[in-house]
Amino acid sequence: MVTTQATGPDAQSRHLTINGTAVNLSVDGDTPLLSVLRERMDLKGSRIGCTEGYCGACTVLVDGKPVQSCNTPVWSVAGKTVTTIEGADRHPVLAGVQKMFVELQAAQCGYCTNGIMMTLAGLLAQSPRPDRAHILAHLDERHLCRCGVHVRVLKAIDRLLAQPEGASA
Amino acid sequence: MSECPANLKANPVLSRWLRLDDQPRVGIRSGKVELGQGATTALAMIAATELGLELDQIDIMAADTAHGPDEGYTAGSFSIEHGGAAMRWAAAQLRELAAQAAAHVLGTTPDQLVVEAGQFRRQGHNEGVSYWQLRDRINLDVSALDLPAPVLHGGTIDDGHLQRPDLVGKLSGAGFIQDMMFPDLLHGRVLRPDHPQDRLLACDEAAVKGIEGVVAVVRDGHFAGVVAQTDETALAALAVLRKSAQWQRQTELPPDDGLNGWMDRATPLSTCFLDEPQPETATHTHQARYSRPFIAHASIGPACAVAHWHDGQLQVWSHSQGIYPLRRQLARTFGLDAESVNVTHAHGAGCYGHNGADDVALDAALLARAVKAPVMCLWTRADELSWSPFGAAMRMELSAGLDESGQIVAWNHAVWSPTHLARPGFGDGVNLLAAGDLAQPHPRPPLADAPRPQGGGDRNAVPLYDVGARKITHHLLPQGPLRSSAMRALGAHGNVFAIESFMDELAMLAGRDPIAFRLAHLSEPRARGVIGAVAKAAQWDAQDQGGEGHGRGLGFARYKNLGAYCAVVAEVEVSETVRLVKVTAAVDAGEVIHRDGLMNQIEGGIIQAASWTLKEAAGWTQDGFKTRSWADYPILNFSEIPAIEIVLLAPEGAASLGGGECAAGPVAAAIGNAIAHALGVRVRDMPLTPERITQAIHA
Repeated sequence: MVTTQATGPDAQSRHLTINGTAVNLSVDGDTPLLSVLRERMDLKGSRIGCTEGYCGACTVLVDGKPVQSCNTPVWSVAGKTVTTIEGADRHPVLAGVQKMFVELQAAQCGYCTNGIMMTLAGLLAQSPRPDRAHILAHLDERHLCRCGVHVRVLKAIDRLLAQPEGASA
Repeated sequence: MSECPANLKANPVLSRWLRLDDQPRVGIRSGKVELGQGATTALAMIAATELGLELDQIDIMAADTAHGPDEGYTAGSFSIEHGGAAMRWAAAQLRELAAQAAAHVLGTTPDQLVVEAGQFRRQGHNEGVSYWQLRDRINLDVSALDLPAPVLHGGTIDDGHLQRPDLVGKLSGAGFIQDMMFPDLLHGRVLRPDHPQDRLLACDEAAVKGIEGVVAVVRDGHFAGVVAQTDETALAALAVLRKSAQWQRQTELPPDDGLNGWMDRATPLSTCFLDEPQPETATHTHQARYSRPFIAHASIGPACAVAHWHDGQLQVWSHSQGIYPLRRQLARTFGLDAESVNVTHAHGAGCYGHNGADDVALDAALLARAVKAPVMCLWTRADELSWSPFGAAMRMELSAGLDESGQIVAWNHAVWSPTHLARPGFGDGVNLLAAGDLAQPHPRPPLADAPRPQGGGDRNAVPLYDVGARKITHHLLPQGPLRSSAMRALGAHGNVFAIESFMDELAMLAGRDPIAFRLAHLSEPRARGVIGAVAKAAQWDAQDQGGEGHGRGLGFARYKNLGAYCAVVAEVEVSETVRLVKVTAAVDAGEVIHRDGLMNQIEGGIIQAASWTLKEAAGWTQDGFKTRSWADYPILNFSEIPAIEIVLLAPEGAASLGGGECAAGPVAAAIGNAIAHALGVRVRDMPLTPERITQAIHA
């Protein structure tokens, strides 16, 4: 169990599991999940992008579902399980997505990429697995890429969808 | 190549470029930096090839002003052409120094030796000696200019499946400047207004000082910022400062009509740099006017820097494209010697040009001066989208004369634009945002643009076509309503859009197929080569009349008229929206070092240029910036991405040409021409939105 210090007079204790580790966090009011991951847990793979839920660079999985951690208060995920890119070794679908992205070099600067991979892992791990159109609609809604690696991301999606369900690599 | 490359000449000591690390590794330190474009991987491949090593034996060290070479800016698609040439030469000289030492040890001559995986061996012999065994015998503190010109092996070790070493880390955790950790790191935020012409008069510093976790409030003239134990606290303190801030408006902004109407009232600095005598054989004339708005860099990662003062020395970590120019500008701002400032490069999110990276470095240094610990300063999303310099708005007016046979005999191109180059270090002054806000302000340099032949607003204003008498005029405007500076391709995006749209208009007047018309005016073989290749790949049908919402169009340019050749065919379907169906490109960038890296750059360049051309415009209102959030600045999304096909041409023996920016202009023009082909009407003002298309149809 990891316990982090209180930050203010209004701090409340919240329990959650991050990448398989039980964590006891003392947080103020609406402290966003992203701040806790980056500043207190040193999990930097979830990026600071827009802090208002548009770009998706901060996306993590909460109980398996893609969530933008920049505008998700910690209190709303108390008792839940959080997976970040650093938890890929515990999440076979995420590990498979990550491997595919590296293989296809589906990144340029790589700043938006981890968020996109988290969303894909969350969607692909769902049962039944959603189709391409559903995945694209989800990406349109929640992710931005400025370098223009979309073509490679789409290729990665097609390859991942062609793999048997549950395949991790 | 027989002459020492310019970047090595300017930094001739080999130890600035190369270091023999512990076996089996060699460190390289380039002045060209990783911007997400894969430059450092390509440079490592060049070094590995010349040294006879595998790529994974190369350690890529961070660019740094204390230890590494000064290669100016990582910009203009010059990293391989210039930085790569220097690295190749330096690595080959290290190999030859080692070969001499190895020959001495093995009792032979260097020409009898081969190098494999870092081992020098005589041909047919097993015993050898490695770089690392020779370490004490190799002196890298020598000048490249005092050594003979080395034999360059050239070529690459690219098997097409190469993976960028930096991406492996980034795609599994930390890797960016925003992720840097120091035990005593503090967090800073700065207060900037919502209006480009507002200046801070006062704010309630006392209220902020009382917030638990706030370490310092910094005020210097019109500059204000906070330093706190955590970024959350810094943000909370910033919100309090902002609430109490009183601003003074220096001037009001002209109205934004979306068509650069403000340019009518600006006084340009005009240069007619090409003015050939006009012939009298023209029987037809045609003219047209084109425009593009200001465009945001819109990096996904907000600008960030870390600064630390100790013993009067300033250490800065920055994702700047030019660590040496930044060092000199910071030194000038603080009245220090350049040697008292060190800038170390750290990776940032894709920047695509001069964004806020340099400005935030000064912000961080100003905040860190008030405390005794390193300070990480981060910009807000709103400031990233409005205080980063914008790609400059442009207006292009073209006219041409055709003779009786339909050949172009006269060509006139005039471009109006504020500067495309206000990077720190260009001109006498300080081009860092906060420098003008300080109690003792540093003035900006006088108005200037990137010099020809590369050019800024006039980049690619001279057509590559044989068009008879040419008159080309650059009207450099003073700073417009928004601050502008270098953005990927600079003026090439607007100028090529105009030239290539105009070529299609002229082809139509002459009753010719656009490709046949271009080839009738184009003698350069490599230019003809890419146009021919793209026509073939896209199965161009000269008889295709288009219409009914379906169209295809071509765009061509040689980037800067000096870099890579690129021809693009775009296919569109236009109904209520413009659907970009497919983009086919043919690129000749000479010798290719890292094939997948170049492909990735071209793909990304196509998508980014399509986004600019179809969707993007940074505007303003009387209240200030209009782009404060991604909601205000839509970019192309996943379901709008076209199919992309790229053909790479690499004529034998052709040197590497910068390729990272070559697609921007041709893509814009190809889309514009495809829309015109689909509808029979042309939109000459970017972005080519459904609203503008509807207006053109009803005009």
